[in-house]
Amino acid sequence: MIVAQRKTIPELQDIIKGHKNVLVLGCGTCVAVCLAGGEREVAIISSALRIASKKADEPVKINELTIERQCDNVFIETAADEIKKIDAVLSLGCGAGVQAVAERYPDKPVYAGLDTAFLGILESRGVWTEKCAQCGACVLADFGGVCPVTLCAKHMLNGPCGGSREERCEISADQPCAWQLIYKRLKNIGQSDKIKKIYPAKDRSKSLDGGSRKIIREDHRI
Amino acid sequence: MTDTTFEPKILAFCCHYCAYASADLAGSMRLQYPPGIRIIRTPCTGRLEVEYYLKAIENGADGVLVAGCLEGGCHFIDGNLIAKKRVNAVRTILEECGIDKERLRMVNISAAMAKNLVEVILEMVDVIKKLGPNPVNTNKKILKEEIQK
Repeated sequence: MIVAQRKTIPELQDIIKGHKNVLVLGCGTCVAVCLAGGEREVAIISSALRIASKKADEPVKINELTIERQCDNVFIETAADEIKKIDAVLSLGCGAGVQAVAERYPDKPVYAGLDTAFLGILESRGVWTEKCAQCGACVLADFGGVCPVTLCAKHMLNGPCGGSREERCEISADQPCAWQLIYKRLKNIGQSDKIKKIYPAKDRSKSLDGGSRKIIREDHRI
Repeated sequence: MTDTTFEPKILAFCCHYCAYASADLAGSMRLQYPPGIRIIRTPCTGRLEVEYYLKAIENGADGVLVAGCLEGGCHFIDGNLIAKKRVNAVRTILEECGIDKERLRMVNISAAMAKNLVEVILEMVDVIKKLGPNPVNTNKKILKEEIQK
């Protein structure tokens, strides 16, 4: 899922400055699961913004609404009535959600209330870790399901680099060495010979280098 | 409103299994505390969500006191420890909003600690008196707008 975290209240205050009637729009999908932009977080951030605006004596009406998904027009439509009534939207969706809402309402300012961080998983309660760098050409099949592109600080396909110490990456003692994880995993599934293979330089053209990416499925187009 | 006439309104969320019983005991023992304390009984402090504390401040409470069981003594094992983390999170948010974090406090009180509860309340009243009324109650533009409505 997409993992994000909220901006600080002073940052949000600065973003909505000048508007009198703002809608804090939550999203019930990824950002709700990572406890950053769901219904509950909408209530918390709205309440905090009301307190901050009252404290600063800058009256602003904060409205709350959470829709199922912000990255899909079908769901954005359900917020149409509410969005018509307000001056600006403070979206607690991920970067995609914010842009989808902004595209749907070209004449309304739509601001991002979260910092979208990465594609990851819930490691333990309150801890999320990045798992996928969305490189566009997945190599997980060759590395026992452990991603060197994301987990290795040097993104090496032919590791380890030699800098790791006691299974830990040299950049931080908190970070496990991706290549140690790959070695253990390949050994466990009886594919340790895969580690001997030398991989050519990764094709980065499928990554973000060529601007935003698009996938078109002709079989599904109308 | 000057500091001498200011009587803070403090919302006290008291756990049914400890602090609420100690407040009851304080009554039986005829211990006095200011009338501005409004006690709300909760099944456990772990039941209290982040929104509740923020709503209390947003709606004008000068202070919020959260009184749970002694650490290790929660009827639901770790409700008071959950509450402690939430209170700390809200204190951070309040600071970001420009509200003094001392307006929200959590204390651990057992059912027999009536005297300690009263001491904690008196201490909190002192702290809030020094801080003055909740700033959300004193802003002028918003009050003016509300009166015009």
